[in-house]
Amino acid sequence: MFAYLVRRLFLMLVTLFGISIVIFLLLRIVPGNIVDILFAAAGYVDPADKANLEKELGIDQPLIVQYWHWISGFLRGDFGYSYVSEKPALQEILPRIPITARLAGLALLFSASIGIPLGVISAVKQGTRLDYALRVVSLSGLSLPSFWLGLLILTASVAMFGQMPIFNPNPQTWLEAFATYAVPAAAVGFRSAALTMRITRSSMLEVLRQDYIRTARAKGASDTAVNYHHALKNAILPVITVIGIEAAFLIGGLIVTETVFNIPGVARFLVEAIRWRDYPIVQNLVMLIAVVVVSANFIVDMLYAVFDPRIRYTD
Amino acid sequence: MRSVWALAAMAALSVLTTSTTTLAGEPKQGGTLRMYHRDSPANASILEGATYSVNVPFMGVFNNLVIYDQHIAQNSPDTLRPELAESWSWSSDNKKLTFKLRQGVKWHDGKPFTSADVKCSFDLLMGKSQQKLRQNPRKAWYSEVNEITTSGDFEVSFDLKRPQPSLLAMLASGYTPVYPCHVSPADMRTHPIGTGPFKFVEFKANESIKLTRNPDYWKKGLPHLDGIEYTIIPNRSTAILAFVAGKFDMTFPTHITIPLLKDIKSQAPNAVCAVEPTNVSTNIIVNSTSAPFDNVDIRRAVALALDRKAFVDILFEGQADIGGTMLPPPQGIWGMPKDRLEAIPGYGRNVNANREEAKKLMQKAGYGPDKHLPVKVSTRNIAEYRDPAVILIDQLKSIYIDGELDVVETANWFPKVARKDYMLGLNLTGNSVDDPDQSFYENYSCGSERNYTNYCNKEIEKLFDVQSQETDVSKRKPLVWDIDKKLQEDVARPIIFHARAGTCWQPYVKGVKIMSNSSYNGFRYEDLWLDK
Repeated sequence: MFAYLVRRLFLMLVTLFGISIVIFLLLRIVPGNIVDILFAAAGYVDPADKANLEKELGIDQPLIVQYWHWISGFLRGDFGYSYVSEKPALQEILPRIPITARLAGLALLFSASIGIPLGVISAVKQGTRLDYALRVVSLSGLSLPSFWLGLLILTASVAMFGQMPIFNPNPQTWLEAFATYAVPAAAVGFRSAALTMRITRSSMLEVLRQDYIRTARAKGASDTAVNYHHALKNAILPVITVIGIEAAFLIGGLIVTETVFNIPGVARFLVEAIRWRDYPIVQNLVMLIAVVVVSANFIVDMLYAVFDPRIRYTD
Repeated sequence: MRSVWALAAMAALSVLTTSTTTLAGEPKQGGTLRMYHRDSPANASILEGATYSVNVPFMGVFNNLVIYDQHIAQNSPDTLRPELAESWSWSSDNKKLTFKLRQGVKWHDGKPFTSADVKCSFDLLMGKSQQKLRQNPRKAWYSEVNEITTSGDFEVSFDLKRPQPSLLAMLASGYTPVYPCHVSPADMRTHPIGTGPFKFVEFKANESIKLTRNPDYWKKGLPHLDGIEYTIIPNRSTAILAFVAGKFDMTFPTHITIPLLKDIKSQAPNAVCAVEPTNVSTNIIVNSTSAPFDNVDIRRAVALALDRKAFVDILFEGQADIGGTMLPPPQGIWGMPKDRLEAIPGYGRNVNANREEAKKLMQKAGYGPDKHLPVKVSTRNIAEYRDPAVILIDQLKSIYIDGELDVVETANWFPKVARKDYMLGLNLTGNSVDDPDQSFYENYSCGSERNYTNYCNKEIEKLFDVQSQETDVSKRKPLVWDIDKKLQEDVARPIIFHARAGTCWQPYVKGVKIMSNSSYNGFRYEDLWLDK
């Protein structure tokens, strides 16, 4: 187990190193840099001013030098300065992380708390009207883009209540804080919930056909005990995998949701930073996300062993 | 006795009603104006900015030497008012402009404002100071200024190479605030210090901009507002819904398209909305340095094929203006009168006749029904650019030109245009002041950085100088019209239309005046107040 852990950690580091190179190079492949954008916005270019600005920002240096400056700084916790706001990149990124983390956490909570029970019900009631209805709901969740759903929610709430659940940076009560995040989280979590529900349903259906389930029923175990104690416990592994992957995919959905609901989180901030080619922000933020995703995958792998005692990691 | 009491009560009620009515019309102090902002500006420095995304939130932090009257919609030489200058005067040869400066004005950090600050600001703009702006998009405005001289703490003079009456217009632009000497350009990008009615509080990129009332403002009793808060909402749908839901007191100025205006009026019937020209023209840039547009006949054919009214009807439901380089009247000061405009080839009302003429020119160049000319129409990936480009492509079909849309990201647009890597482009040109000097020199003079098409006509350039030195507006106008006509005939940069856009505010917001011939100069907001 220990050797496996060490090997996985080593692989994690190699993966992160590879990701850092990909992030760095991809940004340089995209045409234009911050200086081009600033001058494009101004509608003119003065070669001398442009050269000065490139020198000031260090983007006139060879790529290898730029990479070394960035990655060594990242490892030291020095994220440099945002090209746009001219503030420390960490100071720009850090306050936005809790906002997105709360939103993502709530979305995942929504996904699991809605998706798993409905998936179980759908499997247990297979072929009934309820099953069909739930399957339609899950298909809708997979088909509706979150930006469309978000706009629909906003439009409906303005039309029906004359109010809209737009981000409140200073909520006065716990309820207000919850409301600030709950609606966008539901909008972005709906797709994940639908996916979780479908995976839970199919996994449950497979497990419910196993011999030991029949044995449990023959021994007189109640439906609840069979479904939740025996079946769900064994059907949950693929669901955990999917939730782990969804946590990574969620960033994509959050970009749109944060834009529609005007939430100043890291996801929308990242898009703006890419638009401005704000390298210090994009590189460090994507690298941080990569660290989180790779770590989350690692944790999910470890969780397998917790949920299924039969799994033991060896060399 | 009872009737006496009743009469007294009625009299009291009458007095109360009268006084209430009077008070309702008088500005009330207090309250914070809540607006949304359409995007996150690169920084807070107006002198380095080239978009009104910077002017709108930060113009209230500063003062100019002179300013366009904020209560009059049309910017004109008659609406110039002194601000940090108490008065100005021209020398007899019109080559020296002297300002007497206001005394007792303080910067937001408490330091006194003097003539040294004015000299610093304009030396910075002219590239003569040791400190440099990171970007200086309007350096060309001061190309005729020799030097700035001060005489004591409260007098400053602009020495010119030749008379240029339009200098005052450019000094009155929202783009020309006076900066403090003691604050570096870098600090002005992140924490601007001004003398204006509002003090800068904070700018959180992609989030919000906050200003607070300057209690020591030199105009006593102003501003009326306690502050202004801009919430940055790049998504237009979200922003408008938030306005409709009452989250904001005012939309971002001229941010509402004509079709969206209908939605707002139906969902928020009490909202007050104004539609005004933005002085942004949609035009065609033609790469005349390589085939096929090095052929003047093909360039003329393109200009003749335009059905400008169709653009205006489709995109603006008829609410936009057709004109030449200068914004047409009545909102525009310098635009050609209608009869002159319609005499220019391509501007006549008979579109079919124009297109027949265009077809002949195309046939002369070797194209016809059996041999179409394939052309890439390049434009920025923004709706305001893309939509007219699509209509242009459709209209060019009528003269044997098969257009293909080439959408370019903003970061690549200007480099692409600068290296002449395009055939035909659809472009937008914003004019910050309604004055021919700004427009002609910037967009059409030989070697100008913004002359994307490299149009260069020395004869016209001489005429630019002639009109520029004319101090009598009534004499200058015909000169400007002749130049504008010639520019259109030369297909220098065919103008398709001048856009209009809407601004809405809640009925309790008072004192709003949307400028009708510029989108850059009307955001001091010191007179705005909230009637609630």
